[in-house]
Amino acid sequence: MIILIISTLMAGGLLAWFLSKTNAHLSRIIALISLLLCSAAFLYYFITNHEIILASSGWLEEIHFTWIPQFGISFHMAMDGLSLLMIALTLFLGILGVLASWKEITERTGFYYFNLLWILAGIVGVFTALDLFLFFFFWEIMLIPMFFLIGIWGHENRKYAAYKFFLFTQASGLLMLLSILGMGLIFYQNTGKFSYDYIDLLTVQPEGTLGLLLMFGFLIAFIVKLPVVPFHNWLPDAHTQAPTAGSLILAGLLLKTGAYGIIRFVVPFFPVASHQFAPYAMVLGAIGILYGAVLAFSQTDLKRLVAYTSVSHMGFVMLGVFAFNELAYQGVVMQMVSHGISTGALFLLVGMLYERTHTRDLTQMGGLWQNVPKIGAVGLLFAMASLGLPGLGNFIAEFLVLSGSFQASKVITAVASIGLVLGTIYSLRLFQRVFQGSMHKDWRISDLSTREAIVMGSLIIAIVWLGWYPQPVIDIVQPTIQLVLDQMAMHATF
Amino acid sequence: MNLSENIGQLTPFIIMVVAPLLLIVIISIKRNHLFSWLYTLLTFLLVAITALLAMENPLAEIPLFALDKFTYFYTILFSSAGFLIVLTSYRYFENRTEQKDEFYVLLVMATLGSSALVASRNFVSLFLSLEVLSVSLYALIAYLRKNELGIEAGIKYLVLAAMSSSFLLFGIALIYLETGTMDFGILAESLGPNLSVWILGGFALIIAGAGFKLSVAPFHWWTPDVYQGASSPVTSFIATISKGGMVGVIIRLFSSVKGYEYPSLVISISIIAIASMFTGNILALLQNNIKRLLAYSSISHLGYILVAFLAIPQNGAEAATFYLVAYFITTIGAFGIITILSDQDGEPESLDEYKGMFWKKPWLAACFSLVIFSLAGIPLTAGFLGKFYVASAGAGAGLWILLTVLVINSVIGVYYYLRVITTMFSTEKNEKTLPDLKLLSGAGLALLIIALAIIWLGILPSGIIELITRSTF
Repeated sequence: MIILIISTLMAGGLLAWFLSKTNAHLSRIIALISLLLCSAAFLYYFITNHEIILASSGWLEEIHFTWIPQFGISFHMAMDGLSLLMIALTLFLGILGVLASWKEITERTGFYYFNLLWILAGIVGVFTALDLFLFFFFWEIMLIPMFFLIGIWGHENRKYAAYKFFLFTQASGLLMLLSILGMGLIFYQNTGKFSYDYIDLLTVQPEGTLGLLLMFGFLIAFIVKLPVVPFHNWLPDAHTQAPTAGSLILAGLLLKTGAYGIIRFVVPFFPVASHQFAPYAMVLGAIGILYGAVLAFSQTDLKRLVAYTSVSHMGFVMLGVFAFNELAYQGVVMQMVSHGISTGALFLLVGMLYERTHTRDLTQMGGLWQNVPKIGAVGLLFAMASLGLPGLGNFIAEFLVLSGSFQASKVITAVASIGLVLGTIYSLRLFQRVFQGSMHKDWRISDLSTREAIVMGSLIIAIVWLGWYPQPVIDIVQPTIQLVLDQMAMHATF
Repeated sequence: MNLSENIGQLTPFIIMVVAPLLLIVIISIKRNHLFSWLYTLLTFLLVAITALLAMENPLAEIPLFALDKFTYFYTILFSSAGFLIVLTSYRYFENRTEQKDEFYVLLVMATLGSSALVASRNFVSLFLSLEVLSVSLYALIAYLRKNELGIEAGIKYLVLAAMSSSFLLFGIALIYLETGTMDFGILAESLGPNLSVWILGGFALIIAGAGFKLSVAPFHWWTPDVYQGASSPVTSFIATISKGGMVGVIIRLFSSVKGYEYPSLVISISIIAIASMFTGNILALLQNNIKRLLAYSSISHLGYILVAFLAIPQNGAEAATFYLVAYFITTIGAFGIITILSDQDGEPESLDEYKGMFWKKPWLAACFSLVIFSLAGIPLTAGFLGKFYVASAGAGAGLWILLTVLVINSVIGVYYYLRVITTMFSTEKNEKTLPDLKLLSGAGLALLIIALAIIWLGILPSGIIELITRSTF
């Protein structure tokens, strides 16, 4: 299954690239078909096995080959509930990404879809790799095509943004590589054989300063991706300059790999060290929430505004992960999914407006509701999602995170919840500046096309569903959360 | 030893001695570029095959040279590298007005020097092999005598190489003075736990001499000028085979005298490694000339190899050898592409000439990107596995400071490698047309081999690691 998805995506990418010489339109269709095929296979798998998936607490679909025996590296992939959920999100947003670029990308189409599909393949790999070497492999595979995506099809300042994105992630990734090597080495010293396997390395449990140092190696890679406040610097540039589908994937999926990494690797590998670091981490999370919100409020570039809201929303993830309790973890997972959908939708909206008005400047917009009421309505809905209106997915997520973290630290949680108020302010400002008020220019623009309506419609269904009936999501990740918390309880004493 | 019994073990070297001499005779009767080219390709192929056969039962003990698996592995590496360099450069020399055939003579001679250098287990043979290599290089660097930069580079290299040789000789003399031996094995036995001033001085001078050949900081000053001045096939040779020979013999010397047990040696090599990594990468940041950029990048790559070097008690020798293999393929790929893109007017040296290349020559540009990614150490390529190998050897030996420096430098490196990539993917218009590559040509074949090898080493390296583990100490 996993192999099938990854290889279909990679093959689809290559095919789209090679066939674009004959017909540029063909590459779009190939990209869409390969994603639909993956989704169909995935749905089929889920429907036929959903009882097993919900019941089991172990790994599903395990694949295990020896790869480089000299280093003890194996090709080990498997899924659990969390991976499954994230793959579903990846495929969903992937399809929307292809649809969103349908008209936007007219030059060098083949290579564009090649990059897009390879990013998705890398992301699926990241969510399923259980060998740390393999994980690092996929971690980088998603990086290079993203670099091209921003650098070639981005907006006016694309080169700078692409470099910044690449250097930040590469530098932090290499520190993680050092930590991975360190973990492998300790395992070697303990047992006399090399291994980079997740299950093996879980037994390492390095202590003291060494544990703290190794944890920072991992953590830095993930909090740069997430991003957490002093390391968020690349994000506004990358998100703003990337093409619409690029921003969608960056916000919707790449940031989630950071959150995934913390839950999957940092906490189980280093329960003691993360427990020591938790207060600082939560403070960083709270700072992120407030700082992101304040900066989002003061932006005039619409896309940059949405980018900063991501910083704010991802602060909740950081806050929740280091609260170490079930409620908070459920909230974190909910936040990963619903932020992917709501922010993805906002980026798509910005992209649609940019396609029509050729500006992202808030001061030039205004009063667009008259022209494009449908876009306006969708915009209103997702602005509400972003501010955490009950009934939409983000509310559940943020509420769960805050009630979980309240048990861990009352003060930090209290400060962090100011973020909800600030969220309301920037979301309303966004909506008001774009769609209400007087028109600054005589815009003659068209409303949602059928293709766009399908895209936005599916996002609306998803976010409303998450808001009203989030239980399936929580059920599916319950075993993963339990595993992480058990690991925590076993090694760290509170 | 009985020559007739062990003829198989000596064949690779005999071929490398006889082939160029025979070619000189043939040239004096009738010149034919195509013939010389094919002849040289065949020579390298035969050397590689016979060395592969000889690897199965290496010869134990002969004076001066050690014909062990290590030597044969390096010989195979050098002859394959030579094969690829020759394969890419047929049209390059067709476009030149100078006489072509002697280039091939010198190239095989220099490869012989490098292979013999790796085989040396005695300072005498080390120095002789080094001179065979260097003297051939003097002529090779200045080979295109109508190119002023080439002549300048040749002279520069001549003066500096001669000086470094004298350093090396003096170092050898100092060590001989104290121990009375030139043989690595006996030397190892006669070294006590504390090194005397003479021996230390001797090693310092040897490091200086070897450092020149390896072009590590602070002995790197000649590198950019020579890289730029020499013709690309020759640059490729200097960057790979010439440095590889020195790496091989240093690994042999260092592991037989157990150099890693002496703190003074370890500290000085660490300093050189750190200095090379930083110098190479920082100076490369500002280059607009692709050959100079690659020159500085090679300085930093040799710095990475030195890190593996200090991890010899772990599996550093294997890591260094693996890194060298990856570096060989990648560097030959890079200079091979520059060679292919050269026309009668010269070589495309300025980065601007590569602007937008991806949209005009996607295959060639894709190969070049692959090569650059491998130099930068991005996964899926040989360069990444090499770096991983070095890092894991270094971690095993506890060299965390060096590894941190390595990581910092990898990030600096990524910046200028990305610059090359973004130039190629640039969407700006570029009027300059670069020559085409015919897929069904020697150069096309060479690029295909190189690209496949980069990916193969990057994805499925276990076979080659196995081979290296069996053939190093």
